[in-house]
Amino acid sequence: MSAALYLDANATEPLRPEARASVIGALEAGGNPSSVHAAGRAARRLLEGAREALASRFGARAQDLVFTSGGTEANALAIRGLGRGRRVLAGATEHAAVLAAAPGCETIPVRPDGTVDLMALSALLEAGGPALVCLMAANNETGVLHPVAEAAELCRRHGALLHVDAVQAAGRLPLDLAATGADSLALSGHKLGGPPGAGALLLRPGLDLPALIAGGGQERGRRGGTEPLPAIAGFAAAAGAADPAAAGRLAALRDRIEAGIRSLAPEAVIAGAGAPRLPNTSSIILPGVPAETQVIALDLAGIRISAGAACSSGKVARSHVLAAMGFGEAAGCGIRVSLPWNAPEDAPEQFLEAWSAMRARLSRRAA
Amino acid sequence: MRPNRPVYLDNHATTPLDPRVLAAMRPWWEENFANPHSVEHAMGREAEEAVEAARAEIAALIGAEAREIVLTSGATESNNLAIKGAARFAAAQGNERRRIVTLATEHKCVLESVRDLAAEGFEPVVLPVRPDGLLDLDLLRETLDERVLLVSVMAVNNEIGVVQDLAAIGAMAKEAGALFHTDAAQGCGRIPLDVEEIRADLLSISGHKIYGPKGIGALYVRRRPRVRLAPLFSGGGQERGFRSGTLPAPLVVGLGEAARLAAAEGLLDAGRIAGQRDRFLAALRTEVPDIRLNGDPERRVPGNLNLTFPGGVDAQAIMAAAPDVCVSTGSACSSATVEPSYVLKAIGLPEAEARATLRIGIGRFTSPADVDRAAASLAAAWRHAVQTPRTVAE
Repeated sequence: MSAALYLDANATEPLRPEARASVIGALEAGGNPSSVHAAGRAARRLLEGAREALASRFGARAQDLVFTSGGTEANALAIRGLGRGRRVLAGATEHAAVLAAAPGCETIPVRPDGTVDLMALSALLEAGGPALVCLMAANNETGVLHPVAEAAELCRRHGALLHVDAVQAAGRLPLDLAATGADSLALSGHKLGGPPGAGALLLRPGLDLPALIAGGGQERGRRGGTEPLPAIAGFAAAAGAADPAAAGRLAALRDRIEAGIRSLAPEAVIAGAGAPRLPNTSSIILPGVPAETQVIALDLAGIRISAGAACSSGKVARSHVLAAMGFGEAAGCGIRVSLPWNAPEDAPEQFLEAWSAMRARLSRRAA
Repeated sequence: MRPNRPVYLDNHATTPLDPRVLAAMRPWWEENFANPHSVEHAMGREAEEAVEAARAEIAALIGAEAREIVLTSGATESNNLAIKGAARFAAAQGNERRRIVTLATEHKCVLESVRDLAAEGFEPVVLPVRPDGLLDLDLLRETLDERVLLVSVMAVNNEIGVVQDLAAIGAMAKEAGALFHTDAAQGCGRIPLDVEEIRADLLSISGHKIYGPKGIGALYVRRRPRVRLAPLFSGGGQERGFRSGTLPAPLVVGLGEAARLAAAEGLLDAGRIAGQRDRFLAALRTEVPDIRLNGDPERRVPGNLNLTFPGGVDAQAIMAAAPDVCVSTGSACSSATVEPSYVLKAIGLPEAEARATLRIGIGRFTSPADVDRAAASLAAAWRHAVQTPRTVAE
């Protein structure tokens, strides 16, 4: 991994050293947090300490935090649980975990800059009965931030619930359930520098939901199964170490990448550039060159990026996110550059050198 | 284990991590942290290869093929996925069978999954067990007919350690045209299990019960003939659509190593563990002659002892008087509640006896010195408890 440059943080952030220490510590300590003997009680203290730290970090009460196996399960738990008996409305650029959890949901369109169309949301809410609205805090491909607080206000006026997939925003921007006015918030440990294998759903006080995975009575009956203590300990440690103040450094690196792209290639487009975005994410479209080809060429040059979501089987299709923003054919020509928390200072120069060589070769071939 | 550390005899609740498992996982935290689904780049492909090698080890432990292994967050999720997934898929395909047959002594997550299905129009049939904890095969035969969709019977009971006759149960389930699922969280790696021999369609595995990490498990899903499931939740479509969500590569690698060690050393472990168990029981019996073992004395997993103490004592009081020993009164999930064990009730123990019962779980890392110390400590705690009148107020 020596010479490679990892710019795929939105697939997974590198593990933070604080998280690694907590994971190893919890693994060596052992114990089942549901056991009442000494080993169990020690495990329980670790679990509840992590729960309190995470809840307070993200503006919820400890008793309203449900540990899950990750962001996908947290989203599914919220949507199945809160969406019962309600229409489900989901933003057009939501992650597959949200869209798949609500088959047949109604789509809320986004504007060309990737932000949710609040007028359209308002009209949809006017049109029918009680709803659950699903909006992501930050998009995984473009980094575009939805106006969650405004959407929450609209939902409140119409008696709708709002679920926010905050998997990409947590740890990168200040995030507070109470302050956003949302009803629930999904988090993932490995997207903020913790280990994979733990996530959480935060609920507004007073809100409850039935379990998706039954049995054992853990997590106040909302999620059965022995809690994955090492992953949870690492999750809490990573959240404590993630400093939204570091956003300035990453944003400066990203701006250097985008300025370089613009000066190198007038035909290239940065998706969502005009919208508020995560500090670490750039969605770069090179019209006429399939995303897959770009990713392979950059991989050979030692640059680890992706064409979009990292989910299933590496199939690169046209991005539904870019398509929803109106990019048409060019929606198949976008790559995602996402800077990790430990991105080196010369990441822009390394990336631009490889990208420029790639463009020179592939654009010529495409033409 | 340091001498001042409590003796850990609760290996049914969770097992300590094998240091070799930790060593296998370390590089995936320290060197390559990539998402194994990021196969577009070299780091992701390396992680994917490690995940697939682990999958092959897990499959080999139970005589399956790698592609029959679906990775989950643990046995609770595997059991939910197997039972709800099979029932919902069959119903959606127009299958008329509605009955789900299981045992009164199954793990809570199996019973709750079955109960959840009752609300969806399925018909749970919860069979009793004999006083020795085993399923009466004649009763099963009478129960099986063309209305039965799924039979779910655990391999090894988590409280009393009895080993069900899975080969016979599987054969009967298949003959009746039903699917056969077994919760092998306590059995896998501790007793030999082969999916062909027991004719399982679905088999649940837990990582942290076989000296692997918490947060990872697996479900075996038969391919020939193909068993289909509705996923519990969807998303990125990982695990062939059965189970979405980023695979936790280090935990998967840990489960793979734990499975490899169990396959290589399981028989050796079993012999050594049975030796410690006999030594422990002999020592305890010298001090507490009328102690009684629950569950069939022969058909049981080597590490388990489920013991009812004489003298009208309360097991909680024994535990409180022996803080240097980690044992339990039943399954960890419910161990914080004061309800007596439903498993002990199902084998016919009166409530007072159930309240006087402890579960002992001896494991790979239990030493002879550990069991000697634990037996002495529990015997002293019992004597103390006998002399202290039982309070009703708890």
